[in-house]
Amino acid sequence: MSTGTTKLDVVVSDVVPVNDLVTRFHFRRRDGELLPTFSGGAHVVVEMRDGDRTRLNPYSLMGSPLDTREYTISIRRDDVGRGGSLFMHRQVKPGLEMVISYPVNLFSLDLRAKKHLMLAGGIGITPFMAQTSQLAGAGGNFELHYTCRTASLGTYADVLRERYGSRVRLYHDDREERIDLDRLLSSQPLGTHLYVCGPAGMINWVRDRAASLGWPSETVHFEHFAAPQPGAPFDVTLAVSGKTIRVGEQQSLLEAIEAAGVDPPYLCRGGVCGQCETNVISSDGKFIHNDHWLSEEDHRSGCKIMPCVSRFEGKSLVLER
Amino acid sequence: MGITFRKETFRDDFTFKNSPEHIRRFPFPFNEDAYMYAVNIEPHVVGPKGSVLENLIDVDEHYFAEMQDRALVLAEDPLRCQSLPHMTLAGWDLLELLMEQQALGYPEHFTLERDGDRWRWINRPLGIDDTFTFGDTSTLPYGPMEYITRQSQGDFCILDQRDGNLWMDAGMVTTQADWSLDFDIGMNFFEWHAPVPLAHEKGIFTRALKFLTNIQQGKPARRLNWTMTINPRLDTSPENYHKWGPDRATVTPENVGDKVHLRVELQSFWRLPRSNGIVFPIRCYLIKMDELVTQPKWARRLHRVIRDLPEELATYKGLTRYRPTLVEWLSKLDDGSPTSPGFGPD
Repeated sequence: MSTGTTKLDVVVSDVVPVNDLVTRFHFRRRDGELLPTFSGGAHVVVEMRDGDRTRLNPYSLMGSPLDTREYTISIRRDDVGRGGSLFMHRQVKPGLEMVISYPVNLFSLDLRAKKHLMLAGGIGITPFMAQTSQLAGAGGNFELHYTCRTASLGTYADVLRERYGSRVRLYHDDREERIDLDRLLSSQPLGTHLYVCGPAGMINWVRDRAASLGWPSETVHFEHFAAPQPGAPFDVTLAVSGKTIRVGEQQSLLEAIEAAGVDPPYLCRGGVCGQCETNVISSDGKFIHNDHWLSEEDHRSGCKIMPCVSRFEGKSLVLER
Repeated sequence: MGITFRKETFRDDFTFKNSPEHIRRFPFPFNEDAYMYAVNIEPHVVGPKGSVLENLIDVDEHYFAEMQDRALVLAEDPLRCQSLPHMTLAGWDLLELLMEQQALGYPEHFTLERDGDRWRWINRPLGIDDTFTFGDTSTLPYGPMEYITRQSQGDFCILDQRDGNLWMDAGMVTTQADWSLDFDIGMNFFEWHAPVPLAHEKGIFTRALKFLTNIQQGKPARRLNWTMTINPRLDTSPENYHKWGPDRATVTPENVGDKVHLRVELQSFWRLPRSNGIVFPIRCYLIKMDELVTQPKWARRLHRVIRDLPEELATYKGLTRYRPTLVEWLSKLDDGSPTSPGFGPD
């Protein structure tokens, strides 16, 4: 049985520029009913119908889980990406009807924690917007450390400071402010859980330091969505469905498979959930693995690929799809 | 027209019975003449009218008596209901799910009125009319999970999802087939399934866990499980083994039809929205052999299934002692003719 999610028919109820790079989008149900309840850290997959192509990108829900009249997401414009964020920024206006998935949470709070220590970098702040709302409503103990490039690009820094005061610490790159990570990680009470969302370099740095300082891996949580990267076009044969397809420069392999009418299961579309894992039947060329799901051994073996984020360069690729 | 709730017992004089309509709606678990484990999971969607799947949370003629029996079990042994401290939010999720589903399926018996976080819950069969604040435990007479599961048929396990595993961190378990919440509380999926024979070797639990951790909101799933029980006793717990274990030595050729019961569990799996946990309702249906064999197809098929059951499974399900007597009794109702495909009666 398919493990995909149910879809929601929504309408864009508001589009709010937040700063030079980030815009916030509000969705309501077209039938006027409440949206499904969700938990802090959940994302939805937004379907972007752009002419004859469809992109599906995951975005964290950033509103309060206590308010399900609308969902809100914030999207950072990526001028060199595959065009999903540019489509959202340029073409999505209030009143547009769109389709999004039910919420899925792959970055859940561990409710056993005595304290939640959150580290955000840049647009990685969005899941923490919902998580802090959830915890604040229930009297939860949290502390948020948020790194941004400049004060003017500190998306929602002002909102968070106003809501939570000294529970939020800001660090600005342009002022050379840095988290004293070792000191922070060494001074936490027993029972603290650590959450990190931001650029890959930041996630790796925090996980490494936490491991070195003896944090059990079960207490370190991270959201590692890799956006699919553009790349040179390549051809793929889908052996089960008997189709040969071309993956365009700005298209992900998963999107190209879907455009051919084949629907593998998916949840995150960011290389972490494992749903779209696909067996390679044969290949002659080089894999560009961008996922966080397969083991290094799997990557080396050339027997598996995560089509949501990974690509291929070479003569031929045959997949079991 | 509402349900007529039976006044009956699941202990002492054992007056439990199924009405003829309830015999026909019994969730007979065998779709062929043999049984072996499989990952028999399917989407939990609404089924035919008049079946136990007509509503996703089923309420039937045994509701009132089952809730009375649960209250008796809890009075003797409060540890049948436990919730670790981090599971309160999941308890509220479950309260919402059960109130919504019962009010939706049985409006003549249950009503839920919501005004923001001010909720009013009317349960007519049990004479309850409570107004409370959703999320505020001090406004209910029990914790949210205990409150609503004292008013809902079936056992409920709430599983916390973390570290790629599921953890039995809360539950209300009073109608169980020989397992103990008090023993399993805090265990993960592999730990609490450790005693099950054969299935580990088949990799069933690894696949089942992968499936369950990916259950999505709004897309519940279900499976059937089965065993047999002597006398219509809901509470066959390890804690009370001394009360029901010896019953298995009381089966004779004369009393098989009345004493031996097929016990079917309709297990469903739901993602809980606020806590991101999974709730696992285990709804128990009992039917005595005399009632079951009123459907000739079921009589023939059950004979073949029990006769050919692998020894390890018969032992695990506790049938060893009375299996020969039961098979002999059922064999007289099996003329060897073929059975039609599917679960339902002919």
